[in-house]
Amino acid sequence: MSDDGNNGGITYFEKQQNIYPQRVWGRYRKLKWLAMVVLLGIYYGVPWLRWDRGPHVPDQAVLIDMPSRRAYFFFIEIWPQEVYYLTAILIFAALMLFFVTALLGRVWCGYACPQTVWTDLFIWVERIVQGDRNARMKLDKSPLSFEKIWKKGLTHSLWILIGVCTGGAWVFYFNDAPTLWEHIIHFDVPWSVSSWIVALTASTYVMAGYAREQVCTFMCPYARFQSAMFDEDTLIIGYDEKRGEPRGKHKKGDSWDGRGHCIDCMQCVNVCPVGIDIRDGLQMECIACGLCVDACNNIMDKIELPRGLIRYDTASHIEKGTQLKLAHFFRPRTFWYAALLTVLGAFVIFGLTHRSVVELHVAHDRNPLYVMMSDGDIRNGYTLKILNKTHQDRVYSLSVEGIETTKLMLQNAPDAAIETLPVFADSVGHYRLFLFAEKQKAFRSNITFIITEQQDGIVTEQETIFISGEGR
Amino acid sequence: MAVKNKKKPSQGKAGREIDKISGIETTGHEWDGLKELNNPLPRWWLWVFILTCVWAVGYWVVYPAWPTISGHTKGKYGWTQHKQLAAGQEEIREIQAAFLAMLRRTPLTDVKKDPELYAFALTGGAVAFKNHCAACHGTGADGMAHYPNLNDDDWLWGGSVDEIYRTIKYGIRSSHDETHISAMSSFGTDGILTRPEILAVTDHVRSLSGLGEDNARGAVIFQEQCSSCHGLDGKGDRAIGAPNLTDAVWLYGSSRDAVSSVIFSARNSVMPHWHGVISDDKIRQLALYVHSLGGGE
Repeated sequence: MSDDGNNGGITYFEKQQNIYPQRVWGRYRKLKWLAMVVLLGIYYGVPWLRWDRGPHVPDQAVLIDMPSRRAYFFFIEIWPQEVYYLTAILIFAALMLFFVTALLGRVWCGYACPQTVWTDLFIWVERIVQGDRNARMKLDKSPLSFEKIWKKGLTHSLWILIGVCTGGAWVFYFNDAPTLWEHIIHFDVPWSVSSWIVALTASTYVMAGYAREQVCTFMCPYARFQSAMFDEDTLIIGYDEKRGEPRGKHKKGDSWDGRGHCIDCMQCVNVCPVGIDIRDGLQMECIACGLCVDACNNIMDKIELPRGLIRYDTASHIEKGTQLKLAHFFRPRTFWYAALLTVLGAFVIFGLTHRSVVELHVAHDRNPLYVMMSDGDIRNGYTLKILNKTHQDRVYSLSVEGIETTKLMLQNAPDAAIETLPVFADSVGHYRLFLFAEKQKAFRSNITFIITEQQDGIVTEQETIFISGEGR
Repeated sequence: MAVKNKKKPSQGKAGREIDKISGIETTGHEWDGLKELNNPLPRWWLWVFILTCVWAVGYWVVYPAWPTISGHTKGKYGWTQHKQLAAGQEEIREIQAAFLAMLRRTPLTDVKKDPELYAFALTGGAVAFKNHCAACHGTGADGMAHYPNLNDDDWLWGGSVDEIYRTIKYGIRSSHDETHISAMSSFGTDGILTRPEILAVTDHVRSLSGLGEDNARGAVIFQEQCSSCHGLDGKGDRAIGAPNLTDAVWLYGSSRDAVSSVIFSARNSVMPHWHGVISDDKIRQLALYVHSLGGGE
């Protein structure tokens, strides 16, 4: 294989075409700046929000505490066995994406996707340091010079700095932010933290600095399946072919009769961050960011034609040339998505507000299933786990229903009072318990363990079995 | 709605054919009338492929990789899974050493006062039990016929943690000098009692724990022959490992056949000593584990 993958004139591998998005002003550009500031503000700021949960528990509003296996989101606290809440929230997020896509097309891609936001930020840095499109193209073509070195060097340094901030902010979600910050400025962090910072710095730098639109085109699955969620009433970025064609250069004063309004100025192509020509129709690469709309509108203003040659609209309207109406957003597809979202959202909210603060798990010993004691009684062993999800130490009293017990005994504490099982705040109490009863007629009896929380009187039950067999 | 994935027609090498429908250059090859479009892969795919090749070469150099006639390449740094395992175990042993030292200093009856140390001892004991004891006493320590159930509260030689320790260490009727030793006579095979007499004693013995009818003749023979070890009331004697015959637990079975068979030919089963076979640390852990099973005194 030759170096450029060129085999007998046929190219198997295509060199990346550099894209130099040009600066643009307008409504959608403003919206994008706003989205960027808000989203980055959320990303960098949220770990610093405090939320008082009382003693013994972290007071960080959003914290995923891996070592103690807890996740905190404001008023929500999730234990490992409640991870299904996360599943529900992920399904909710996915449905939300479908809903928004059916309604407004790829607004996620254009405004909210992290890849878009950071790429936009990186392009902005690039423009500040190296200048706009033409200057950047010229700089890239120019031979190595002092100017090129410092401009490129500064750009990459700033990119890496942003990358460090990105990786740095990420680790704050998994640690107490102010404490970790103290450690970071003293260069005293565990390898798990430093390696995450390094990994996220590198990925931010590579993804937003180099891969950019290639992530959307080649890596992102959403770009591939979003077309399945589109129909002719979905909001897309469209070029009004009827009004625009035939296109051609136009001199001031010339008549617009017999020709389209597109003056082939290439502004829509130059500003496009994914490097496509929207006038070729809707394409998979298009992230619906609206920058071409801004660019075209600016030109239309200049040549005193109505705006909207390229615009957010639905395919059917562009086709028919009709006006976009709000009513077009209400259709069976969006209705069902909204209905599903409502139902699922209600489930999640119900689950979170009716979350139990105490749980009891009972495991019956399997080996041995039962033991015959010297007085002929049968003993069964159980492992009890009492989950105290409150933030105070609690005491639970235990009783058993369904069998007449002759004795209840904690392993290794035969004299302890069984009716008081203390469990520390926000933790799991483990107890090994022996239950004695006279030999039963049935091999297997269904019984119930009941624990009553002494302070609030919350009763929790768990069914289990008592096995009674023969001695020798 | 269809979304076009339209590529710009390639700048085109001279003479290259452009496909009319897709507007994409063809490779010029033709198979049975079909022409292949030339949609080049991005160049970075090539670089990622080359990078993985380089990575693989690095792997061959660093890790054991290639078979040779007399073994295999050892890798630049001599890494093996065995060494990694050994290093990992060394680390664990270091952590254990501190606990074991503490366990050695602590009297067995006091270990429970330190929950962390106690948990360590029980975990180690459970593992040692499965390695050394489970073959006879079962993985759940519930024994089987002729092998005592260690979960219950019936102990031949005593159920305190120190007595359990001693029993594990020196065994029962083992070859160690300090072993527990006692012997029941074989009343049948040694000709001490006749078969009818043995059956009569059997009925008496079983009646002591509420099994079957009592037998007056058997009661008399019991007083004469058995009470010296098992006691007049049949409650046994731990000093000599004589079982309590009035409770519900039977080492060799409670049926008439089983009991009479024990009286006829005795059993005197053996438990090996573990002193000198496994470490004293392990024996201590085992004693604590067995004691914790529910019947410990």
